This record gives sequence, C-alpha cells and structure tokens, in this order.
Amino acid sequence: METFTGKVWVLGDDIDTDIIIPTEYLALKTIDEMKQYGFSPLRPELAGLIKEGDIIVAGKNFGCGSSREQAPEIIKALGVKCVIAKSFARIFFRNSINNGLLLMEQPDLYDDMTEGDVIKVTVNEHVEYQGRFYQIASLPQNLVDIISAGGLVKAMRKRNGLD
Amino acid sequence: MGYTIIEKIIRNNTGAQTVKPGDIVTVKADRVMIHDIFIPFVADKFEEMGFKKLWDPDKAVLIYDHLVPASQLDDTRHFRIGDAFAAKYGMKHVHRSDGICHQLMTEAGYVKPGDVVFGTDSHTTTYGCVGAFSSGIGYTEMASILGTGTMWIKVPETIKVVIEGKLPDDVMSKDIILRLIGDLGADGATYLALEFTGSTVEEMSVSSRMTIANMAVEAGAKCALFTPDEKTAEYCEIQLSEFQKSLTGDEDGVYKKVIRYRAEDFVPVMACPSQVDKIKPVSELEGIAIDQVFIGSCTNGRLEDLAAAAGVLKDKKVADYVKLIVTPASRKIYQEAMEQGIMEILSEAGAIITHPGCGLCCGRTGGILSDGERVVATNNRNFLGRMGTSKVEIYLASPKTAAACALAGRIVSAE
Repeated sequence: METFTGKVWVLGDDIDTDIIIPTEYLALKTIDEMKQYGFSPLRPELAGLIKEGDIIVAGKNFGCGSSREQAPEIIKALGVKCVIAKSFARIFFRNSINNGLLLMEQPDLYDDMTEGDVIKVTVNEHVEYQGRFYQIASLPQNLVDIISAGGLVKAMRKRNGLD
Repeated sequence: MGYTIIEKIIRNNTGAQTVKPGDIVTVKADRVMIHDIFIPFVADKFEEMGFKKLWDPDKAVLIYDHLVPASQLDDTRHFRIGDAFAAKYGMKHVHRSDGICHQLMTEAGYVKPGDVVFGTDSHTTTYGCVGAFSSGIGYTEMASILGTGTMWIKVPETIKVVIEGKLPDDVMSKDIILRLIGDLGADGATYLALEFTGSTVEEMSVSSRMTIANMAVEAGAKCALFTPDEKTAEYCEIQLSEFQKSLTGDEDGVYKKVIRYRAEDFVPVMACPSQVDKIKPVSELEGIAIDQVFIGSCTNGRLEDLAAAAGVLKDKKVADYVKLIVTPASRKIYQEAMEQGIMEILSEAGAIITHPGCGLCCGRTGGILSDGERVVATNNRNFLGRMGTSKVEIYLASPKTAAACALAGRIVSAE
C-alpha cells in the first residue's frame, strides 16, 4: 500500500468552496493563475507557503458550498498530497476524486493535530502521528484507480486504451 | 439487523450481502437524465474519455427544459449538440418540449420504485417520491456513466421523518418540506438520506410527495425516499414486485436521527429572502406588498397545484399591478388542466399561462424581475439573483398561499 509523509496545514470546520477559491477569481483563465488565491479569505499567505507533498488536516464539512470543480483542482495544483478531514461536503468529495485529489475521513486526528508537524499516511489503512495510529476507512480499488490516474477523464481514457 | 430504504435499494442493486453507512460501493444506473444546460459539456467529456458508444442508449434520457423555447441567441446550440449526440449514439428518449426533466422522468415512466437514477441537476432527488434512489451529479461523472453504466457512491446514513395525523386545510406538502428545511438547516442533511413515513405521508398523493423529495436537496440531502404503495403502483402503472413492496424502513434499522411531527401542528410558511432555510409562518409576514406571483416548477407545477390555485382564484381577479405567472410542469399537466377547466379559471382570474418548462424558476425567461421587486413563488430556491437582479426578494410558498397573495397584492394567508 502506498505510504507517504508530509507536513500538515491545519484548517477548521466548514471550509467552504468560496474560501478555497473566491468567486471573483473563477474568471481567471487557468488553475495556475487562480491557485495563488487559494484559501485567501481565511489565510492570504497560505497558498504561497504550501509546498509540494504537504497535507491539509481539517474539521467537519470541508468543501461545503457551491459545486465548483475548481476547488479541488486548486488544492491539487498547490501540491497538496491529500486532505484529511472529519467530514467532506458531498459534491466536493465527488469532485475531488474525479479530479484526482486524495481525500480521507478521520474523526480524531484534527483534534490532536498541531500545524507544522509531520504525519505518515498509509493509504487505505492509517495515519501515524506522534506514535499513534489513526484508522482510515478504506477506499475501494476503483476510486484509488481514479485518483492515481489523475482524475476521472484520464482514468476513463486509460480504461479505453487511449493513454 | 434491519435496513433503511436506501440500504435496501443499494443491496438490491449491488447484490451485496451487507451494506452499511460509509461503505463506498459501485452501483449500476437503471436510468440517467441529462438536461439541455449540460449536454454540450457531457458530450465533450464523453468523447474526451474515448468512449465509442453508450453503455445502454435505452437507459439515457435527454430533456430540453431550461432553455425551451430559446430566450438567448446561444441557446439553440445546446439543442443542436444534443440532437447530434442523440443521433450519433442512438438515444431515442429525447424530449424537446414536453416539460421539466424531473416531472417527465416519473410521468413518462422512466423511473420505477427501487431504481438507481442519476441526473445532471441537483433536484434529481425528486424521484424518491416513487421510492427510487436518485441524486444529482456533475457532467464529468455523467459522461463516465454514459460509457460504463456504473457510478461509485457512499452509502448514506438516514434521517427518518415521521408525520402522523391530518394536515390543516390550508397546509400543503410544500409547507412540510419548508418547515423541515428550516428545522434541519440548509446543511442539516448533507450526505444523508431522508426517509418519510407516517399516516400523513401515506395519505399524500404521489404529486405531494414529489414536492417534498424535490426540495430535500435544499437541506443538503443526497436523496429522499418514500415507501412505494398502492398510489405509487397506480402512478407508475405497475404491479409492485416483492422487492418494491419491501422498501420500508425496518423497525430495527439504524437511523442517524428520527424526527417526529404532528400534522395538526403545521401552518402555512414561507422561505424568506434569500435562504431556503429562513422559514417564517405566513401569518407573521402578512401585509408585505408584492409585484409578482409564480406558480410552477418541478416543485409545484403539477395538476393538484394548479387545481389548488384555481380553488383560491375561482371567480376572483388578481390584484392590479400583480403579474400572476402560471407554468405547468409538463405538456400532459397542461392538457389535463385544460380538460378539467382549471386553465379557464386561472385565465379568467388574470393569470399569464406559459408553456411547460423551467421558465422563471431558473431565472432566464418568463417574468424576470428588477431591483426592489418582490415575488411570491412556488419553486425551490430563493437565492440571490435567482429570478433577476440580486435585489429581487423571493418568498417561497405553497400554491395555495401563492394564489391568495396574487389576489391580495400582498402577502396574506389563504382562507
């Protein structure tokens, strides 16, 4: 099973899609232009600080609000390896998987987590943090396949023998 | 251990021995619906994904409703792309001007109790009225279902809503769902299934159940489910199978929460500008002047809704300056309302009767409003800018309440 470690950024409850990318920046042409404004209403400096391979740990209802598919795309473009939250809003969850962003639900990690610490994630199994193990519900293989392919369009192209 | 309705539908669909909330499973779509707004995106993604044929052209339904008839120059492009896609891939179920997608899916017999159905519109929850699991998705996912016939879902927990007793005469099922959304909050059912039961629900027509299932998504719900019964069988023109009859929530099923209401405690309510969960009794809003009334949509554009409005409007006239716009949800409803004399009553009262379709509800055509204007409407959303500018105030109400307001020219309770 895939294992990785990453530095954690901690965000709160109800991080909505307007926080992840405010409406005013949606008219920009590319995700690369938009991503510098990621999380700007809450923490304007955050997008500039996130490094490739970092992890976001958050509270409940992450990604609530509108259905904009740009929200998971921006998190992914910033280099975030995965988001671990108490819960995700339904449409955001689907959009993330379909755009190749790894999500995990974990009820306790957020309460124990200190920003800047490093965690070790074993996909489909657990998160290791300060010697403690936090169980993760397993994702079925088909979802892991979508995420590893880089999203649903790419996964389908692969399935259909195009890439 | 017992099961909830959604768990039973998913077990049946997947053949899994056990199913529990939180499990991620792959279900087979029994039917899918694409509407005119998203067909160009679906067609693009489908071809980008490299599919050469639909998994089952008979299970896909294409419905033009938001843009019919075209009100902007680019609208007909959607019809051209849709028609070309349907022709290329052999889709026969294409409705080009028959009414609103969510009305047609059950009315035209595309959805049966126990089915699993996905649509490119958030109000796809509507088909729970006949005991189907139906939910809205994005266009990327629709493209993949068209190619594979399957979709992954997370098994939801369920909130059971039990309503017992006889509703007061001035209360419609719209008042029930508005009250519930107010009590739960706009995210109170996120991820969850809602299950409706109790003697009040059993007494309700399928049309009234549709209103409730339609708006479940306004509390964030993934789906809303009603147990199929004799009324369902008659509406769907089928004999219920043993599986369909088994779609009740088991006594020992595990529910996240059970909410109980006494039917006698409901009063007519409105969702005030501009949140669907901002619910107030109509009696507390009386006197507010209005410019327009809209009776229609997939929430409340059915025959019983038009009949309820006609009951209030018979032999009376709409107030001066108030535009009353009536939009039947489908051609069939339009024709039935004509045959039953309902259209005549509405027209005599001064109503502007439009073609079936999404019309004013999606804010593109047929009565959009300007800054400072106020409308009482029977549809499902009162978000900022939904029916014109962001300075239009939208009050959501039942058809009975809306008709009474049209007569008075201000917010009043129906008698």
